[in-house]
Amino acid sequence: MSALIAILFYLATLLFVVGLLQRIRTYAATPAPLKIPTTPAPTTTSGVVLRMTREVVFFESLFKANLWIWSMGWLFHASMALVVLRHLRYFTDPVWGWVAAIQPFGMYAGLTMLAGLCGLWARRLIVERIRYISTPSDHLILLLLIGIAASGLTMKFVAHTDVIAVKNFFQGWMAFSFQPLPSDTVLVLHLLSVVALLVIFPISKLLHAPGVFFSPTRNQTDNPREQRHLSAWAAKLESEK
Amino acid sequence: MAEITAPAYRVIPIIPALKPGAMEGKGPFVASEKINEAIGFPGQLVEDWHDKAIARFGELLQKYRSLRVYMDACVHCGACTDKCHYFIGSQDPKNMPVARQDLMRSVYRRYFTLPGKLFPKLVGARDLTREVLDEWYNYYNQCSECRRCSVFCPYGIDTAEVTMAAREILDSIGYGQKYSNEIIGKVHKIGNNLGLPGPALEDTLEGLEEDVKDATGIDVKFPIDVKGAEVLLITPSADFFAEPHIDSLIGYAKVFHATGTSWTLSSIASEAGNFGMFIGNYEQLRKIALRIREAALELGVKRIVVGECGHAWRVAYSFWNTLNGVGDGAGEVDKFAQMLQKQLDHRYKQPTHICEFTWDHIQQGNLRFNKSLNDKHVITFHDSCNVARGSRMGDLPGGQFEIPRNIIRSVANNFVEMREGTTHEQTFCCGGGGGLLTDDLIDIRVKGALPRMEALHQVQQEHGVNFMATICAICKAQFTKVLPIYGFDRKVVGGVHQLVSNAIILGDQ
Ligand code: HEM
Ligand code: HEM
Ligand code: SF4
Ligand code: SF4
Repeated sequence: MSALIAILFYLATLLFVVGLLQRIRTYAATPAPLKIPTTPAPTTTSGVVLRMTREVVFFESLFKANLWIWSMGWLFHASMALVVLRHLRYFTDPVWGWVAAIQPFGMYAGLTMLAGLCGLWARRLIVERIRYISTPSDHLILLLLIGIAASGLTMKFVAHTDVIAVKNFFQGWMAFSFQPLPSDTVLVLHLLSVVALLVIFPISKLLHAPGVFFSPTRNQTDNPREQRHLSAWAAKLESEK
Repeated sequence: MAEITAPAYRVIPIIPALKPGAMEGKGPFVASEKINEAIGFPGQLVEDWHDKAIARFGELLQKYRSLRVYMDACVHCGACTDKCHYFIGSQDPKNMPVARQDLMRSVYRRYFTLPGKLFPKLVGARDLTREVLDEWYNYYNQCSECRRCSVFCPYGIDTAEVTMAAREILDSIGYGQKYSNEIIGKVHKIGNNLGLPGPALEDTLEGLEEDVKDATGIDVKFPIDVKGAEVLLITPSADFFAEPHIDSLIGYAKVFHATGTSWTLSSIASEAGNFGMFIGNYEQLRKIALRIREAALELGVKRIVVGECGHAWRVAYSFWNTLNGVGDGAGEVDKFAQMLQKQLDHRYKQPTHICEFTWDHIQQGNLRFNKSLNDKHVITFHDSCNVARGSRMGDLPGGQFEIPRNIIRSVANNFVEMREGTTHEQTFCCGGGGGLLTDDLIDIRVKGALPRMEALHQVQQEHGVNFMATICAICKAQFTKVLPIYGFDRKVVGGVHQLVSNAIILGDQ
């Protein structure tokens, strides 16, 4: 079982990294032929960095759009960020100081992450408009994340697992040596769900995470009169004449 | 056609319930063979439309980062669902921005993503069938490309970009819309959207000179094709004869007169509008914009000023530098752009909006007004989508909101704002933008005007507003048509420079 999970994690990590890099490369390589920032937009690069930071850290546009989605969504993402950072303790030895420092918060973050996810799912089920636009995969991805959070929390609060052994397993995994994994069902469930998450990430709507950085309406500088902006394929039209 | 009536105002602007299928239908008139072929599109739906459409889709994904990213990034969060005026007015769920995108995204997933190829049902992927294609035609012609949804989307997903791509695909297989494609044909053939030939234009301008002389006793000129003029004015052709547009044209001429600016119109570029943007076709967009370059080079002007037109200002402000070189900052080796940019006077912004021009002169104290001449009006300002969300004026972000308002306050005494959330970057479209200003789409146009009419109704009740100023030719034409259907006087809508024209002091009066 341990070996199987180790192998699955190698494969999933490979798919995740290669898939994501390939996707990011596609985004980066695709030209944006016209200046289309949603205005009012920053007129300088530092302004754009600030705008993007506000979008990524605070979900600024979503805040303007809908406080319900914003509060649930932000709660979920911020909590998830804390949880994932907290998980770094399995992959670092000695554990970095700041990772150790956030451990106590991480615990509650697991709970708030679950709460946020449930709130989002409730919205998806209850609000007519959002139910209308939802596909089965939208529900399943939420369920998957709820499963990850619930199984993690179960280990934390109900059926404890041997976290030292888990750490040993992943330390070994990183050095390509197989170590035994505690054979708790909940842990296996948690890990298999994470494998699934890694695999679907580069082929699903989870691409919103890299996507946001490439969105021309958000990442372009509002300076079209001051700077000529010309993509390679559009420039070709000029040389033909 | 059944008589078109206005939807009822919502008591409080709550989010409407869904009425699936409310706007189902065949869509606007399809372009005829003649119209399509005149601008290089296949005359009618081609035999192998399915394969051609998918191939074109694939090309666009490689040409436009916006489309590429937006097809992937949407998480179906629903933040945009209640932001579109066409959804608010029609309650058809397919007019929710995300659902509109999904018409294309479902096809994208089927043909361009692994999960969609393997498990189409799971991820909402669909084959491109004739039904789907017809649905595209219908609903992508119910989007005014106003970008209101992109303000609220956490990733800035701009449904306008998706609509443009869809229309481009439809055009490439011979399934284009009559109204837009016919107009593009006219621009190329005659020089403006209205098909007003040069001699007729000259007559109109002469007539205007006489009218202004009669009204003011002053010789305000409306010059055309004057070589060596300082300013070339590019304005929507509706300004030459449509009401209330023409009053703003008179306003610009008076401002030029009062500031002693030598200016000219051009008969080869007697149109600011560029419907190439509406149909998402870069070649058309570029070709139409090149007429301005040609006119500028030929007349040797130093400045290019753009009249009151929303999408034209977006094209001019955001795209001209790219398309035809009107702007600044071209590289040393960029011969194409340098050729024009060397000629232009870079102490001024190129291009300049007429509102920027007027406001600069007001600030410098070059213009005088008798504000009381506008006292019969209680004025509000309707921000036009393309100006608000696709351009700027002045040096600071948001100048596109401040400058027109500053002008209004300088020429009139009574100004009030409409409800917050319906102005500035959250402004609601007039309902007629993006190539929808045609009678065969009157139903959706009337429905789409609902949120704006509600806000106007409110300030009419509370403050007695009787004039809604705007700086867009499409807004003016659309409102003139739909205001009466909502029980307003059609004269409630007018231009900012119409107000300028009313109050400006010419000569030594
Ligand atoms: C750059 C990092 C990220 C940003 C800026 C971001 C932003 C957002 C925003 C604004 C939403 C919409 C609101 C909401 O429903 O919560 C959203 C939804 C979502 N995000 Fe992220 N996200 C990021 C990373 C991630 C990652 C790493 C995951 C998954 C592991 C994820 C999973 C989700 C899911 C599942 C939804 C949909 C929630 C629903 O169904 O309503 N996000 N994200
Ligand atoms: C290889 C990756 C992962 C491993 C080895 C792992 C392992 C664990 C273990 C052993 C626990 C129990 C902690 C305890 O009892 O103190 C846990 C908890 C948890 N995990 Fe994971 N996990 C992984 C990835 C993830 C991911 C990607 C997420 C979220 C998307 C996640 C979410 C949680 C949550 C919410 C908890 C409960 C709260 C907490 O203890 O922080 N895990 N995980
Ligand atoms: S661009 Fe405007 S018209 Fe089109 S979907 Fe978005 S809000 Fe609606
Ligand atoms: S706001 Fe953006 S991400 Fe959310 S449903 Fe609409 S288009 Fe999709």
